[in-house]
Amino acid sequence: MSVDYNKVHELVIVGSGPAGYTAGVYAARAQLSPVLYEGSVTAGGALMNTTEVENFPGFEHGIMGPDLMDQMRKQALRFGTQLVTDDITEMKLDGDVKTLVDGSGNTLKARAVILAMGSAYKEIGLTNEKRLSGRGVSWCATCDGFFFRDQVIAVVGGGDSAMEEANFLTKFASKVVLIHRRDELRASKIMAERAKANPKIEFLFNTEVIDVLGEDKVTALKLRNTVNGEESTRDFTGLFVAIGHLPRSELVRGQVTTNGEGYVEVEGRSTRTNISGVFACGDLVDHTYRQAITAAGSGCQAALDAERFLQGH
Amino acid sequence: MATEKVTAANFADVVLKSSTPVLVDFWAEWCGPCRAVGPILEEISNEHGEKIKIVKLNTDEEGSIAMKYGINSIPTMNVFVGGQVVKSIVGARPKPALLKELSEYIN
Repeated sequence: MSVDYNKVHELVIVGSGPAGYTAGVYAARAQLSPVLYEGSVTAGGALMNTTEVENFPGFEHGIMGPDLMDQMRKQALRFGTQLVTDDITEMKLDGDVKTLVDGSGNTLKARAVILAMGSAYKEIGLTNEKRLSGRGVSWCATCDGFFFRDQVIAVVGGGDSAMEEANFLTKFASKVVLIHRRDELRASKIMAERAKANPKIEFLFNTEVIDVLGEDKVTALKLRNTVNGEESTRDFTGLFVAIGHLPRSELVRGQVTTNGEGYVEVEGRSTRTNISGVFACGDLVDHTYRQAITAAGSGCQAALDAERFLQGH
Repeated sequence: MATEKVTAANFADVVLKSSTPVLVDFWAEWCGPCRAVGPILEEISNEHGEKIKIVKLNTDEEGSIAMKYGINSIPTMNVFVGGQVVKSIVGARPKPALLKELSEYIN
C-alpha cells in the first residue's frame, strides 16, 4: 500500500525509535491513519546499535535492541500505521498544512507532524577523527568491534554508553583503555562496577584525546592530562568515541524553537512545540533522561497531544 | 540484474578480472546497517547492473579477504576498477547518496 501524496494526511511521524513507533501505535489506534517515515537506513533508531537492553521494563531477562525495535515496529503496523522506509529531507512546518519532502522526491502534506528524529553520536571534533572514520575510528562498538580482534583499542567517554561499549569490546580486543577527561565516571553504578571488574579494561582518568594519528588507519592517539596539561602519545589501532549524543534537529532548526545545543523545546510537560500542530518527543527533546522507556513514553504523549489538536480543529 | 555472492573461490574472476567496475559490499548478518543498505543495493543493481556489477561478500565467511582489504567497519562498499580499489564507501547511505557516489560509473 503506497502513500497517497495527493491528500492532506492527518498526521505524519518523522522517526522510528521507541518514540516514533510508540507514537505510531497510539496514533493508529486513535484512527488518525498516521504515516511514519522510518529512515532509509536508520529504521529502528539508536537501539539498533546495541545488544542487550536490560532496563526496558517488561522484559525480565532483557531483550536485544534490534528485537525490541522489531516488536515495536510490528505493533505499529498491526494497528495500521503506514511505514515508509525513506528519509524526510525537508520540512515546512508553519501553517495549517505542513509539507514534507522525502528522499525519493515526493511531497507529503499533513495537518499535524510529530518530530521524533532522535539523536546522533557526538564526535570529539578532531580533523583526524573524521578523516579516519571507518578506518580505526568508530562511534559504534556493536557495529565495528568485530574487526578489532586481539588489538589494543581506546574508548573515550564516561557514561553508560562508554561502559557498555568498553565491556562489549573486550569480547574482541586484547585490551580496552577507557579514556575519560574527569576523575569520576557519570555512568550508572552497575555499569561502572561491571567495567571496573573487567580485567581487560584499563582506566585512564583526567585524560583527553587531542589527536588521532595514522596515515590511512589509526596507529596511535595523542593524549593530554586535563589536570597538569602533560601530553603523551600511546599506540592504539582503534578509537571508539562514546561521549554522548546531539539531537538530530538540523531539518527543523529555525522553525521550531531549539535550545543552544539543538534540542527542540516543548511547552511544559506536553510535547507541543511553538508551532501549532507540531509535536516533538524522544531524544530530540530530552537532554536529561534519554532512555528508551522515556522516549516511548513521550511518543505516546505526542500522539495523544496530536489527537487532541486534530479533534479541536 | 540481481546482486551476486562472491567468495574466495570466485573473487578473482568476478571482481579482479571484471571488465566493468564492480562494487563489493562487505557485509554480515549481524550488522543492522548492512541489512538496511542491502535492498538499496539490490535496486541499484537492477537499475544499473550493466554499468556496475554489485556483489556481496560476507565478512564472517570470507574473513581473509576482508582482512586483505583492511575492512574494519561494515558496511564498506569498495569499487574495483581493473582489479584495484578506486573508491571506498564506509557506512550505510540512503539511495540518493549512493547514486551520487557512484555517478561516475553509472552515467
